Amino acid sequence: MNLPVIIKFVIDLLAVLLLALGIKGLSKVKSARDANRLAAFAMSLSVVGLLSYYLGTSGIAIQSWIWIIIGSIIGSLFGAILAKKVPMTSMPETVALFNGCGGMSSLLVALGVAIFPISGGQENFDFFKSLINEVSISVSIFVGAITFTGSIVAMAKLQGWLSTPGWTQSKVRHFVNIVFAVASLIAFFDLINGNTSSIWLLVIVSSLLGIGVTLPIGGADMPVVISLLNSYSGIAAAAAGFVVDSQLLIVAGAMVGAAGLILTQVMCKGMNRSLVSVLFGGSLSSQSTASSGSGEYTNITSCSVEECALTLEAANKVIIVPGYGLAVAQAQHTLREVTKKLEQNGIEVVYAIHPVAGRMPGHMNVLLAEADVPYEQLKEMDVVNPDFPATDVVLVLGANDVVNPQAKNDSSSPLYGMPVLDVQEARTVFVIKRGMSAGYSGIKNDLFDLPNTSMVFGDAKKVLNDLIGELKDLGVGEK
Amino acid sequence: MSFISLLWVLLLGSLLGLELIGKVPPTLHTPLMSGANAISGITMLAALTLIVKAEGNVPLLIIGSVSLGFALFNVVGGFFVTDRMLAMFSRKPSNKK
Repeated sequence: MNLPVIIKFVIDLLAVLLLALGIKGLSKVKSARDANRLAAFAMSLSVVGLLSYYLGTSGIAIQSWIWIIIGSIIGSLFGAILAKKVPMTSMPETVALFNGCGGMSSLLVALGVAIFPISGGQENFDFFKSLINEVSISVSIFVGAITFTGSIVAMAKLQGWLSTPGWTQSKVRHFVNIVFAVASLIAFFDLINGNTSSIWLLVIVSSLLGIGVTLPIGGADMPVVISLLNSYSGIAAAAAGFVVDSQLLIVAGAMVGAAGLILTQVMCKGMNRSLVSVLFGGSLSSQSTASSGSGEYTNITSCSVEECALTLEAANKVIIVPGYGLAVAQAQHTLREVTKKLEQNGIEVVYAIHPVAGRMPGHMNVLLAEADVPYEQLKEMDVVNPDFPATDVVLVLGANDVVNPQAKNDSSSPLYGMPVLDVQEARTVFVIKRGMSAGYSGIKNDLFDLPNTSMVFGDAKKVLNDLIGELKDLGVGEK
Repeated sequence: MSFISLLWVLLLGSLLGLELIGKVPPTLHTPLMSGANAISGITMLAALTLIVKAEGNVPLLIIGSVSLGFALFNVVGGFFVTDRMLAMFSRKPSNKK
């Protein structure tokens, strides 16, 4: 063992250790930010380790440096700009985009090695070794392509660029996907048999498979899909590690892959969905069209902002239920103004955060934190649910499915069993909503029909602005 | 590195990943996913290896460079965006005082 090998070994070991500590730290609120920086440091350390190893052994050609610098600058620059510019509301699709690019990178590495075998491995040709090489190249391409196209579809759907086409809800899609899967298997065996050109077939069909699997999945389940694809990109990285013979890549990829799977499982639990039903069940609304859950509203009470303000003024305890609609309207700052006024008047204000509020678990916490809402006022569902009977007013802002009592009362509803916020227990419920359209699940919300529920129609931001005006007229918070 | 020992590395890495995330508060799901996602951009090492070993093969250099670009887009963007999210959580206590 010479010096460069030893140095690289030590650096790799250190990088793995720091990455593991980073992932661990990211699962606790206190340590999360430092852990993220630690992981970033570990990644740069690993690059230094790799480059110094090659400098110490084979050396790095000038030409290689040029291409390294070009690739790094362009990639990092775009990544940094996007990360700085993107609004907090579109975090889920941003993560999906980044993730897809990680998959694309693994795919390209495997493709490069497959088309132009790296020199140096050729001197003693070994059948077993070349088989392993071909298998890892195939896995890397297969998983990388699925990750890439799947993530791009997920991003497009979350951005609203792509809706769920009707035909994807029929059973035909399973058949189509099976055809893609079988075709990639054929391409794989053909490749092992020595037919190098079938690699293109593998790229194409696995890309189509990624699209075919993701396209039918409804918007509500997208976070789970992104988390799963995140796990896939780890697996793709591990496969690329086999291709270029890098232990560090294999460890880090395997770690992300396994951690991603666990996180996916945790998210599924929070939404009361099984992974199987997310992947193969199609979107929720298609199942519910025939169920008893759908139907017309019979007893809608609509009220003005003024009435809402009067009721709020007389309240002692107010619970806010924020949802994605609030985020879309960018109204979290306006909401904060309203709650500040109420607090100045001695009214107790609490935010009830459903585990999947927003578009991704934890997304709403990020948005409210952005608007300077004190962390202590954010209450998780299990903590806040017993408080609803003692609450005077509940303000539901752009949330829908997570406050649907059907999930508790109606065993025929597709939502049945999903954990929900028991807002109907409160004395008065105001639902601020643009219209009577259904939520993500496409299911009627029984809450709107209840006698203690009043609808305030309008854009969340506008309604909240009007509310500030009304509260001012009432002299609330003017001390 | 023999294939068998690489398999051991894969196995132990997976077990480590399974152990690392036990109980995660829902608050942290999005940042954790985004952070783990940034780490999966570790394929940048594979892309670097490809470029270094290309030995003047221009198409391979280009593929490696594009691959490196995609991976770094993932890594740099992922870590920055995670930091931005987490900054919002940690800002609160320090502002109070």
